[in-house]
Amino acid sequence: MLLIPCPWCGPRPENEFRHGGEAHVIRPADPGSVTDTEWADFLYHRTNPKGVHAERWRHSHGCGRFFNCVRDTVTDRIVSTYKPGESRPE
Amino acid sequence: MTQPFRTPSGGRIRRDQPIRFTFDGRPYDGHAGDTLASALLANGVHLVGRSFKYHRPRGILCAGSEEPNALVTIDKGDGRVTPNLRATTVALYQGLTARSQNAWPSIRFDLGAIAGFLAPLLAAGFYYKTFMWPAAFWRRLYEPAIRAAAGLGWAPASPDPDRYLHRYAHCDVLVIGAGPAGLAAAAAAAARGDRVILCDEQAEPGGSLLARPDMRIDGRPVLDWIAAAGMGVTVLPRTTAFGWYPGNMVCLAERVTDHLARPNPNLPRERLWLVRASRVVIATGAIERPSVFPGNDRPGIMLVGAAATYLHRYGVLPGRRIVVATSHDSAWFTAFALAAAGATIAAILDQRDAVDPALREQARAAGIPVHSGARITGTGGRRRVRFVRTDKTPGRIRCDTVLMSDGWTPSVQLFSQSRGILRFDPASGTFLPGQSAARERSAGACNGTFDLAACLAEGHGAGGGDPRTFDVTSEPKFGAPVPPRPGQPHGKAFVDFQNDVTTKDLAIATSEGFRAIEHVKRYTTAGMATDQGKTGNLNTLAAVAALTGRSIPEIGLTTFRPPYTPVTFGTFAGAARGDLFDPIRRTPIDDQDAVFEDVGTWQRARYFPRPGETMRQAVARECRAVRNDLGLFDASTLGKIEVVGPDSAEFLNRMYTGDFARLEPGRCKYGLLLGEDGFIRDDGVIARLAPDRFHVTTTTGGAAGVLHHMEDYLQTEFPSLRVWLTSTTEQWAVIALQGPRAAAALAPLLDDIDLATMPHMSVREGRFAGVPARLCRVSFTGEPGFEINLPATFARSAWDLLRETGATRYGTETMHVLRAEKGFVIVGQETDGTVIPDDLGLNRTIARGKADFVGKRSLARPDMGREDRKQLVGLLTADPAVVLEEGAQLTTTGTVSLGHVTSAYHSATLGRSIALALLSGGRSRIGTTLRVPLPEGVVAVTVTDPVFYDRTGDRMTGALILSDGRPARAQGVTGDITPHQPPCPARPCAEVELAMAPATGKFSVRTREQLAPVLRAVTRDSHTVLWLGPDEYLVTGDEPPRIAADSIVDVSHRTVAFRVHGPRAGWCLNAFCALDLDDLPGNGCTRTLFGKAEIVLWRRGDAEFHIETARSFAPYVWALLEEARREFLPPSAAC
Repeated sequence: MLLIPCPWCGPRPENEFRHGGEAHVIRPADPGSVTDTEWADFLYHRTNPKGVHAERWRHSHGCGRFFNCVRDTVTDRIVSTYKPGESRPE
Repeated sequence: MTQPFRTPSGGRIRRDQPIRFTFDGRPYDGHAGDTLASALLANGVHLVGRSFKYHRPRGILCAGSEEPNALVTIDKGDGRVTPNLRATTVALYQGLTARSQNAWPSIRFDLGAIAGFLAPLLAAGFYYKTFMWPAAFWRRLYEPAIRAAAGLGWAPASPDPDRYLHRYAHCDVLVIGAGPAGLAAAAAAAARGDRVILCDEQAEPGGSLLARPDMRIDGRPVLDWIAAAGMGVTVLPRTTAFGWYPGNMVCLAERVTDHLARPNPNLPRERLWLVRASRVVIATGAIERPSVFPGNDRPGIMLVGAAATYLHRYGVLPGRRIVVATSHDSAWFTAFALAAAGATIAAILDQRDAVDPALREQARAAGIPVHSGARITGTGGRRRVRFVRTDKTPGRIRCDTVLMSDGWTPSVQLFSQSRGILRFDPASGTFLPGQSAARERSAGACNGTFDLAACLAEGHGAGGGDPRTFDVTSEPKFGAPVPPRPGQPHGKAFVDFQNDVTTKDLAIATSEGFRAIEHVKRYTTAGMATDQGKTGNLNTLAAVAALTGRSIPEIGLTTFRPPYTPVTFGTFAGAARGDLFDPIRRTPIDDQDAVFEDVGTWQRARYFPRPGETMRQAVARECRAVRNDLGLFDASTLGKIEVVGPDSAEFLNRMYTGDFARLEPGRCKYGLLLGEDGFIRDDGVIARLAPDRFHVTTTTGGAAGVLHHMEDYLQTEFPSLRVWLTSTTEQWAVIALQGPRAAAALAPLLDDIDLATMPHMSVREGRFAGVPARLCRVSFTGEPGFEINLPATFARSAWDLLRETGATRYGTETMHVLRAEKGFVIVGQETDGTVIPDDLGLNRTIARGKADFVGKRSLARPDMGREDRKQLVGLLTADPAVVLEEGAQLTTTGTVSLGHVTSAYHSATLGRSIALALLSGGRSRIGTTLRVPLPEGVVAVTVTDPVFYDRTGDRMTGALILSDGRPARAQGVTGDITPHQPPCPARPCAEVELAMAPATGKFSVRTREQLAPVLRAVTRDSHTVLWLGPDEYLVTGDEPPRIAADSIVDVSHRTVAFRVHGPRAGWCLNAFCALDLDDLPGNGCTRTLFGKAEIVLWRRGDAEFHIETARSFAPYVWALLEEARREFLPPSAAC
């Protein structure tokens, strides 16, 4: 079970969290103005990297907040977590 | 003395405590402190099992959990039968009953041994080659025959009567293995003030030290040193660390009662420890390697180190006349010890040409013949080894026991599981821990360190101690590193005893082109099954290396996976069995006159049969009652979300398809919720209570998902909107009153709501029989009706009160029929995740002119406009008596599916069957005939509009009948509602007390102002404020808090509170809660999980906890707490 550092509550067991898919996928400000291809990119296309990956989690059985998390998909090592709106740390 | 091989003194057994046990029906004597294996050996029993494939007689090879041969079935009676236990790890208890396995009719005469004569046919991969033709035999002959022959012990046939528990634990240092290195590590960590857990699979700590009772460490007798090392440490004996998981979580299986003859029934049989450790010290030791020579598997052949253990720890001689075959020094010391204890050492065969002259001299003094440069080339003896042959004179040596050793294999399984990278050590020819991936250190023999003083120093350092040396009295070496040898590829020279894999099998595999070790493993089965190749893997590698002309590191290891040793299913399941598998959620009404059905985790009333009624009769009666008179329905499971804030309408506009900005306060609107992909996710009625407050309902199953979906957009896409969401599903119970008489029956019970002012789809707040209520005029039946939202505590009384109006209770089945007659869809039944609003004819719910809402852009994709999309239609069977099956396919020709039936019922109202379906291009097919194949034959159906009843909707939207002419209160309605609480009687227990906490006002408060520190509870005025999130607080107190907040929602009835206190309160919580409670000091509070239930946990003191849990989860949480504290009850306390 992963130990995930919630930016508000500190390290907590994985079963309190819910995964939210890849982070920093920007919803178009005006979806009506984008092409079908651009919309499909937003909707379905994800990077799915082997290695370091920025993803969203929600501390759903804790403080209820969404946040971002950089995790290595090979080792499951969590590099960092940060609040929404903050930019991805290097 | 009936134990002829027991030495007169010595060992750790308790000679004053004799134990009687039986093996294969025959009684034997042993002592407390024995294992089954040591007791059998004390009685001279070596033949204990038959091998997997060839049914060869097998004895006891090892003294620990790596044993591949001596697998037995233990029968404790009452269905407590456990197969495939290693006799070497089964503690002896009074009356123990053990049986051998894989032999018929008996272990001495086993007909299965005929397989030995067929051996040439049964070589590696034989079943891939042999059972190919004819194909007709696969199912009827080959598979049943192979299944019958496969496996060793028999799985028990009756349900497991024992209890199992989990426990989450946290520590600074977890030490795995309580041998010298592990003990030194634990002592060093404890001395630093760390929280230390030390586990060991044996019954007591000490490991290899227990076989050296006379030695001294730092001047102290070794047993005193062991006891001192465990001070201040949580020591878990009989506990195997079997799996390593991310985040330094190590799973341990603790065998709590297996060693007890008559355990307290309130104890769990086994406990799964889920230990989260900041650091782990792996001190798992090393496993001795067998030598690979023809006939190396006969009973009486065992590992040298095992013989040393049996002699020193159990006072048992493995035999009278012993041959020792070795390639390193440590075996010599065991030979000397056995000779000193009275055994005859027939010979020491050392594969090395050069042997330490001092050893030779000591052997000569003891009268032991020595042959260097010698190895065993064969053995003889039917049920026990009688002689060995060597490649040196005298050629044939008579004996009753052979001790063999080809060196030691460090136990690197857990290190490898932690994703550390192993490195090959050319000096020892073994794999050792290399680069770490987790926060762990290996110490001692598992790290390739065999010298005792060095092991202690390494363990001390791994535990965090400053470098130091240990003073140990001179002792025989544990074992020098010796590279593994390929073994002899002729005869039956076994590399894997449990799977009967010989060097010949490996030769066949490599000659057939299997070069990768993982392929060789799968083809030959070497390294599989319960022992996972603990004794055999390195010999397999060495053999394959020799056969393919490569080096061992070139070949590499097979993957180590959990579990290290077999773990029972019960241990993994823990308490999550039967009624505790999932929460069983019941509504506050829970009318037991109903037949219930599972809806998610809820129990919902399906129908209310009268005596003698079938379900169809009951549903027909209930349907007629609603259509013609009055029905009463428990809709409490509907999800409810209170949406509060100045931007609420804007937020709902972005989430739902409809226009909620123009919805007037006091009115309701149907809401359709889409995913961003345009597909329908959920639906429900949304009531506007005030300009900045909405009461949103969701489907029963969708409640949690909808809230999560809304929070996702609110927090990450629209964070500037000033909106706050609060789940009120369990705050409000919902009673639907539906039918022509609804208004007339309801009106007298309302204190301050005038139904005459309530059009269809309207809402009023007021009082129902004196209780605050939210009353919606809505209908899911097509009749005029209301949904009365009441604080959950009052719901049952209100239900009983409403029954006095003469209303007929109806359940979900009737609700389904009524809504299907009206063509109303159910999300999840008419939708399947690929359905858009237009498919259901619900485009009218999409507000025109809204620039954006979630899913809108996807609806503009070309695919969403295709004319052949599946659309909702009605179906009428040609034969009105035939009810279609839900899921049945729709066709024109019988070959191509055009869609499927989503709902099908008998409609009492219409006097015939009806069905709803999703049909390709459905609306254009109305009036046509289709074929529906059913198991009974093909049924013809006509495609129709999906609304079967009251197409105009006048019945539900028309004017209400406010009086039925009956005098209001004369019906016995008193308007008196009393609170209803879930009964939870507590049993006293000194260690952990459980109690219901008194009811109080509770308010969900959302504000940016810091009302309490993070993860803390504080008292403000007459309120207690619990921090739950960065802008979320739970405030308790009799009155609503008078503070300026963004959102305050009364949730007084949403949760039930328990008080858990006593010295073991924290222990009990950690049976189901994964939090480190040391992180939660006094007045700490947080939301978390307890089993599968969400709770708010508030630590009110060292030994006192307060738990808030949603009402429907309360019985589950209570039952889990009872389960957790049961082990502290005396045996007499019934449960």
